[in-house]
Amino acid sequence: MDWGAIFTNAIESGLGIDGVYFALAAIGLNIHFGYAGLLNFGQSAFVAMGAYGLATSVSTWGLPFWVGILIGLGGSVVLAILLGIPTLRLRADYLAIVTIAAAEIIRLMLRSVSLKDTFGGTDGLQQYSGAFFEANPYPDDRQYGVGGVEFSSRDTWVMTVGWSLVALFCVLVWVLMNSPWGRVLKAIREDEDAVRSLGKNVYAYKMQALVLGGVIGATGGFVVALGQGSVTADSFGSETTFFLYTALILGGAARVFGPVVGAILFWSLLSLTDNVLRQAIANGHISDSIMTGTQVGQVRFMLVGLGLVLMLAFRPQGIFGDKKELALDAR
Amino acid sequence: MPDDMSGDAPSGPEWDFLRGDPDPIAAPLPAAPPSAGPSFGPSAEVFTPEPIEPPQIKSDHHAVALDALSGAAPEPGSPKPDPILMADAVVRRFGGLTAVDVTHLEVQRHSITALIGPNGAGKTTFFNLLTGFDKPDAGAWTFEGRVISGLPPHRVSRRGMVRTFQLTKALSKLSVLDNMRLGATGQRGEALWAAVLPPLWKRQEAAITARAMELLERFKLDDKAGEFAGTLSGGQRKLLEMARALMSSPQLVMLDEPMAGVNPALTQSLLGHVQSLRDDGMTVVFVEHDMDVVRHIADWVVVMAQGSVIAEGPPAAVMADDRVIDAYLGAHHDAPLSIEEEEERLAKAENELQAEIEQASADQSVEGGATP
Repeated sequence: MDWGAIFTNAIESGLGIDGVYFALAAIGLNIHFGYAGLLNFGQSAFVAMGAYGLATSVSTWGLPFWVGILIGLGGSVVLAILLGIPTLRLRADYLAIVTIAAAEIIRLMLRSVSLKDTFGGTDGLQQYSGAFFEANPYPDDRQYGVGGVEFSSRDTWVMTVGWSLVALFCVLVWVLMNSPWGRVLKAIREDEDAVRSLGKNVYAYKMQALVLGGVIGATGGFVVALGQGSVTADSFGSETTFFLYTALILGGAARVFGPVVGAILFWSLLSLTDNVLRQAIANGHISDSIMTGTQVGQVRFMLVGLGLVLMLAFRPQGIFGDKKELALDAR
Repeated sequence: MPDDMSGDAPSGPEWDFLRGDPDPIAAPLPAAPPSAGPSFGPSAEVFTPEPIEPPQIKSDHHAVALDALSGAAPEPGSPKPDPILMADAVVRRFGGLTAVDVTHLEVQRHSITALIGPNGAGKTTFFNLLTGFDKPDAGAWTFEGRVISGLPPHRVSRRGMVRTFQLTKALSKLSVLDNMRLGATGQRGEALWAAVLPPLWKRQEAAITARAMELLERFKLDDKAGEFAGTLSGGQRKLLEMARALMSSPQLVMLDEPMAGVNPALTQSLLGHVQSLRDDGMTVVFVEHDMDVVRHIADWVVVMAQGSVIAEGPPAAVMADDRVIDAYLGAHHDAPLSIEEEEERLAKAENELQAEIEQASADQSVEGGATP
């Protein structure tokens, strides 16, 4: 078995497009779920808003790249407000129900036949990233990286922008969560009524958090749209949201670096199990009677799922969490 | 529906004052009457008000409040010389149940007013209405002369009327100090745009922290400042909640069962803190079950039963009021309490009935002409 290849693949997967895309979307989700206690189960819809906002503007409507970015951001703000108006006054579970439904509505709308001319149906949209790669400073005659971990010039350019955004948002989250604004947000997560009784407009804070996290999620949508060169509606299904929650909890919710490390680890682990299984089958370590190469795709999710179950059993606070803090819930 | 709307059996320590059991608070009480017979039940001795002695005056504000209240008539809806809070015709229905129906209520400034009543009397619901946490079906109320009915809770709080909760709401995963700092109003750093620019609010934050530490010291929680609020004991959480409410320098503090779930050792200290709020110029309204607490610190008592105010007055007068006793024990509290007693009464009634029948038939036969 080629362990070198297995590990470089794992690292490339964690640091690559998928990793940075998940890191951004999970940072947004961390503001919702980790800090404000908003059970947003429709983060994939915010990502889709970013990805399709950009792709539709440029590819279908022929607008400039930057206008597409603004439309993607604006779309996520509008979505957050639309979701928030009816649900933020109600109990937390209503937001969960409404967001998961809204995310499905958006996905089905994007892939619908009747809107094929605008959103491209199940084929999705392509050819919107030209302007972005024209600005690519990395010559594309070689690979970039160290020690076997290498990326193409296009990927390197997307990653440069993506990880810069991750760094920017990490600083933003750190500053915000150490400010009085963040204190109110965390207090709302603990008990809304107590915060109301202290004269804070809980509704306004929850709306601000929903919008902010949604906008950051949309930037994740830009990254995945640019990195993959095409957008398809079905890649923004509910399972994306659940994977984002997995990454967030893996890293530790309500921690600045929780979602970032969680996203990297999530994709690294998926790649690692995938490669280990494939190589083990190819080298005859696992016989065909147990598992064939075509089953690896499912089995890797089972194994990663099992790992997460064990993690929640033995380290429920995630990697960065504080077990003492988590134990306070038991009271 | 608030949790005090359910349950009707008189049980729990709050009923002790009716039962004549030993006082749960360390404070002195007349010894239980050495009477024979059932230990449960209303005995006249228990209701005898303690000798009415002029209440001890604790501060200037207390003196002013007592002076004002001495002129107020001890009857439901009585006007006060200087009311900070006035409510009119407040009605709240839950389906067919009228939980609150208060015709008129005034709260005297700088006083400690207790809101008492049996379970399900609507005290907490009334509290929720006044503080904006629930919407009434009808009615209006003013605070400091301005109408605040219909305002959302955070606006009520900003006007200077801050409440605490029956089930303490310490924010567990925030530090004790952060809990306190949260209570301060008008924080610049609480706006999203300003939050990203710490120089805008750092100085104010330092001032808030200093004030928070001062209050924590007063409530003897300063050594816990850095700990998660979730690690505090039940009584300490009550203290923290009270201290946090004070961060906004309110004029009126509404305490919903401040003594519930507090161990007796802390009760006295909590009572002292409640009194000190009044002595510092605040007005206090509190819901309480425990009559001993009420007797010790309240300047004025408002009794609610089945949603309405049924009595008002100084503690001693209210506790001797027949309407109050009826409300707590039921209007038929002098009904038989044991099977023997009931049988005895039944036998007596039957005898009387028998005698009447005999008398009637005798009368008829005397009149004559009756068919056998």
